[in-house]
Amino acid sequence: MPNGVTHHPALAHHFDNLEQQNEAATLGMWVFLVTEVLFFGGLFAAYTIYRNWYPAAFADASHHLDVMYGAINTVVLIGSSLTIALAVRAAQTGDRRTLMLFLVLTMALGAVFLGIKSVEYYQKWEEHHIPGPSFQYEPAEYFRHAQVFLSLYFVMTGLHAVHMIIGLGIMTWMLVWAWNGTITKEYASPIEISGLYWHFVDIVWIFLFPLLYLIGRHGPTVH
Amino acid sequence: MSAHHIVPVRTYVIIFGLLMLGTYLTVQAAFLDLGAFNTPIALAIAIAKATVVVLYFMHVKYSPKLTWIVVIGSVFWLAVLLIMTFGDYATRAWRTFG
Amino acid sequence: MPSNLLLPPRHYLNDGYGVWSWLLTRDHKRIALLYLAAVTFFFFIGGAFAVMIRLELATPAGDMVSDDTYNKLFTMHGVMMVFFFLIPVIPSVLGNFLIPIMIGAKDLAFPKLNLASWYIYMIGATFTTYAIVTGGLDTGWTFYTPFSTASSTTNVIPAALGIFVTGFSSILTGLNFIVTIHKMRAPGMTWFRLPLFVWSHYATSLIMVLGTPVLAITLLLVAAERLFKFGIFDPELGGDPILFQHLFWFYSHPAVYIMILPGMGVVSELVAAFCRKPVFGYSVVAFSSLGIAILGFLVWGHHMFVAGQSVYAALIFSLLSFLVAIPSAIKVFNWTATMYKGAVSWETPMLYAIGFIGLFTIGGLTGLFLAAVGLNVHVTDTYFIIAHFHYIMVGGTIMAYLGGLHYWWPKISGRTYNELLAKVSAAIIFFGFNLTFFPQFILGYLGMPRRYHAYPPEFQVLNVLSSAGASLLGVGYLLPMAYLAWSLRYGKLVGSNPWGAVGLEWTTTSPPPTENFAETPVVTWEAYDYPTRVEGHVA
Repeated sequence: MPNGVTHHPALAHHFDNLEQQNEAATLGMWVFLVTEVLFFGGLFAAYTIYRNWYPAAFADASHHLDVMYGAINTVVLIGSSLTIALAVRAAQTGDRRTLMLFLVLTMALGAVFLGIKSVEYYQKWEEHHIPGPSFQYEPAEYFRHAQVFLSLYFVMTGLHAVHMIIGLGIMTWMLVWAWNGTITKEYASPIEISGLYWHFVDIVWIFLFPLLYLIGRHGPTVH
Repeated sequence: MSAHHIVPVRTYVIIFGLLMLGTYLTVQAAFLDLGAFNTPIALAIAIAKATVVVLYFMHVKYSPKLTWIVVIGSVFWLAVLLIMTFGDYATRAWRTFG
Repeated sequence: MPSNLLLPPRHYLNDGYGVWSWLLTRDHKRIALLYLAAVTFFFFIGGAFAVMIRLELATPAGDMVSDDTYNKLFTMHGVMMVFFFLIPVIPSVLGNFLIPIMIGAKDLAFPKLNLASWYIYMIGATFTTYAIVTGGLDTGWTFYTPFSTASSTTNVIPAALGIFVTGFSSILTGLNFIVTIHKMRAPGMTWFRLPLFVWSHYATSLIMVLGTPVLAITLLLVAAERLFKFGIFDPELGGDPILFQHLFWFYSHPAVYIMILPGMGVVSELVAAFCRKPVFGYSVVAFSSLGIAILGFLVWGHHMFVAGQSVYAALIFSLLSFLVAIPSAIKVFNWTATMYKGAVSWETPMLYAIGFIGLFTIGGLTGLFLAAVGLNVHVTDTYFIIAHFHYIMVGGTIMAYLGGLHYWWPKISGRTYNELLAKVSAAIIFFGFNLTFFPQFILGYLGMPRRYHAYPPEFQVLNVLSSAGASLLGVGYLLPMAYLAWSLRYGKLVGSNPWGAVGLEWTTTSPPPTENFAETPVVTWEAYDYPTRVEGHVA
């Protein structure tokens, strides 16, 4: 399989050409995202069942989440999806400086998201709303089932946050590669697949936000 | 993933705008009393947002058929998990035989 | 037999010496051998627990160990065997070694990820083994809640987390195989020229990728609930134990297809090679692998007929469970049709293949009995179930694995083993297996419950037969270890195609070079193109 007299420095020896390698990388990332869909899917299954079983407690507990923080975080994360998409575009057009700029912006927005999340978690800690031995909740009739809601809240958003932190790590790595010239117009694949991962994390949040923050907000007991 | 299709900046910005609109709508809708429709509307908006992210930001619209199969397959499998599990819960209260 | 056979001067085993050339290898063939060593080790740990179980059950009184200890024994046997042996064995050993060669590639799509998968497996397996050895686990391999999350006093969290980690090895292996098969086939190697071994591993990989993540999140939730009292599966805290079972079995049922499909792929190869005929109905067999993978995801509720799920859900799961038997039966029919008017020769691999076909059929048929809700209720949690799944996992998967190991051993090592010893071992295994597990069908039907270390005296005779069979089976498993190891040093050298079989793996040297082929093959023939395409046959 001729691919020129010399081959691209990024071409791995077991591939015939860079196009095959890039296609394999992209398919690999998509297959990985499939596993992530099923991974979070189990949590969404649990959430749906218990929301169905305990609608009042879930709505009540949901009202203790701050819609403004949640909405800002949604805007921030979608914004970071825009910036990473623009970073991918910069990589594909060989624009190194723009690529680095948008990678940094993406990471900044990701950090803002995590910062706001930390504030929210801290608030929950102060309110004694973290499930476990120190959990407290009023009114008492919702105690048990509000704990179920908050357990799901922490597991789902916590797992999401872990994915974001890993995403920041990946973006750092991509920044280094962008800076040292590894990423070129022909070899934009690492940025592309990092972008796919980042968008996926965004999509999870797109579902988490309404399901966790916006339950029964139209009722009379809005905090 | 078509490595050769460069999506124009304009497209990205428009999609971003749509996503912002969707976010605004979902928050507003949550504070209106739409009865049983609140949840389906929230889900529909979320699904619409996810769809445009997948199609445009993740380039699936410009991707080969295999990518489409992978994406649709994952959604389908998630649906199997959810629907068959919920099927149990939904029918537990139905009459049992005998 | 020509006496001037030499090993090829350059091959993957002498391409670099020293521990680090193995521990940091990217070569899929070396990684396969790393897995071989690892799974064999954990197999014997799981086997040791089985020995203790059968020793205890030789007498009706629970006199060898306490009931708490017995709970740990069967749990740990199940955990080791399912997660650290049966799930990885054929894909990670034979699949890793053969898939790139069978499709004409130099390696898998992601060699470094392949090595990482091995390390992940080792970390998870070691961690779980450590948890088991220092305190044990008594929840059953099924981790049912709320016992596992609220009452058990054993090392549930480390064991669950160890399995969680190992799951990623499975996921990454499946991912690697899927991308490899899609993107790295040699020129001319179209989908319908692929060996059926590759088709069945492709289907297995789909299951690994779609199912394992659900197990992962479920185990994570078990650990979280146990640690933080979250209330997701514990009814005391508002949770539903049946939700645990839904999520657990969503993976664990397809997991049994992860365990059997690769074995079926091996059997397709063995039957074709030792009947010197193309597999009858190639495309039907290929599609049946996909059919098993897909339908296998729709039947998990048949593990929960008595758990408390709705009767209507049970009916649907029961119907679908009947349907999933169809693609498996198709394979059995097609293998049999392949043998018809074939030039059958009875070397050891073919003995294992025949053993598989018979024993898998028995196990599978009993599965049909269990799909019927009425019958299932009667034999649930009895030895009937245990016999059913051991017929498939041991009579099926392990037989297929041994058959494949013997068939491809000359390719892997460049040497052959003592055929007489191998045949005798196969006979011992077959006889020992049936003596161990057939009485268990009867015991179960008569009502002996599983997971009990004591039983009414009228069950003793059958239990003694079973324990006797188990000792025979144990001897049977030790023999191949011994003679295969011996062959590495003293076995007769072989050429590239000692069996006269068709397949890209038989066109390269034994052992193959690191890059698998001197030149990338260009495929212009159909799969199993007997008798035309037999190259390098050593008479």
